[in-house]
Amino acid sequence: MVRKYLQVGLFVLLAGVIYFSFTTPAPQQIIGEASRIFYYHIPMAWLTFVAYAVNLIYAIRFLKTHSELDDFRSLWSAELGTMFCVLATISGSLFAKVTWGVYWTWSEPRMLSIFILLLIYGAYLSLRAAIPTPERKGIISAAYSIFAFPTVPFFIFIMPRMMLSLHPADSVVDKNLHFTMGGSVLPIFLVSLFSFTVLYFWLFGLGIRLHKVQLTRSEEA
Amino acid sequence: MSSDWTTKALAVLAKDIRTELRTRYSLNALFMFAFTTLVVVSFSLGQLSLGVQVLSALYWIIIFFASMSALSGVFVKEEDAKTAQTLRLFARPSVIYAGKLIYNTLLLTILCALLTPLYVVFMNVTVPDWPLFLVVVLLGIIGLSGATTIIGAIVAKANVRGALFAVLSFPVLLPLLVAAIGGTDAALGGAGWAGAENHVKLLVAYAVIMITASAVLFDFVWNG
Repeated sequence: MVRKYLQVGLFVLLAGVIYFSFTTPAPQQIIGEASRIFYYHIPMAWLTFVAYAVNLIYAIRFLKTHSELDDFRSLWSAELGTMFCVLATISGSLFAKVTWGVYWTWSEPRMLSIFILLLIYGAYLSLRAAIPTPERKGIISAAYSIFAFPTVPFFIFIMPRMMLSLHPADSVVDKNLHFTMGGSVLPIFLVSLFSFTVLYFWLFGLGIRLHKVQLTRSEEA
Repeated sequence: MSSDWTTKALAVLAKDIRTELRTRYSLNALFMFAFTTLVVVSFSLGQLSLGVQVLSALYWIIIFFASMSALSGVFVKEEDAKTAQTLRLFARPSVIYAGKLIYNTLLLTILCALLTPLYVVFMNVTVPDWPLFLVVVLLGIIGLSGATTIIGAIVAKANVRGALFAVLSFPVLLPLLVAAIGGTDAALGGAGWAGAENHVKLLVAYAVIMITASAVLFDFVWNG
């Protein structure tokens, strides 16, 4: 019953975010109407990070527990993360077209880092598909997911510094991204961030409940 | 105990070198692949006067693809010949990892020793700063084998190995390639040690992180 109320509450919040994100004044004056994508793009990028962090945590736990459920949690979070990562890449690419005039540029470190995440987890999912035995699939893919993780800080912390030193003009990019979070912008953004995060955890729980039902079904059969 | 560890790691290395010398399969494949790519690049671009940035990027692209063709072999051949079980009985995982890591590094060093003179001749490169160039190449090789050795072990457990090895390696190797290309660029363009400082630091950090992460995770992959 509580779950039902939470679902209705989430629906109301997300509907509110969609309504107010289009009816209030645009969050950034210079970019104009297109800057509304900011209410959706940043939550997607944030959830990509959350989902992949959950994947990493359950990968580490699986190596200790060897429980089939932890492996499934890790996989399911990677799949959800990849969905959010694709959405973040597409929305970011559209935003880039409006602000910088191109859909894609390799000199922007944020674009590079999200693209690398997409490659890593694409590789993770194809690795899982290529290993036949379930137990081994869990161990090997968990090891890869942990092993690939240290490269992420390179792209978030080190590469931007090296690239700025190579292309000083890129600092303009950061000035463009600064939003004046005045008026209605901050509350809508925070509610959007919150409700999309709840949406992720709801989807995460939903997948696990479905998996448990399928497990008991297959045991009964 | 410690000397026993070193002896056994060297024994794994010696065994791999001996089996390699019988057939010269990986070394031949590695070198011919690199050589063919070099000829294709030189044939198609040799007429143009290429900038230093392009030259250093091409050099590392050749090494990257050549290593993708052969470096997974150290573990794949153990699984194919069903000798992996014997190896598991012989020594602890860290010993096996150390032996294979040194073997892969050695393989890449030989490749670069053969490839670099040919590259200089075919592409008409002048190297103003040889010491820096060699340091960058050596650090790049250590990082490359440090990251790909465990991926070779991962791939040996899977079904479609060849394609998967490149897919799994590329995102992990990207920081290394960026730093190695930048460092080579500094060595060829005359920017010197001051220009290459950040890249060299990044190469050292990368190798340390990757080898440490591999050492921690190798137990799971090898016995998984």
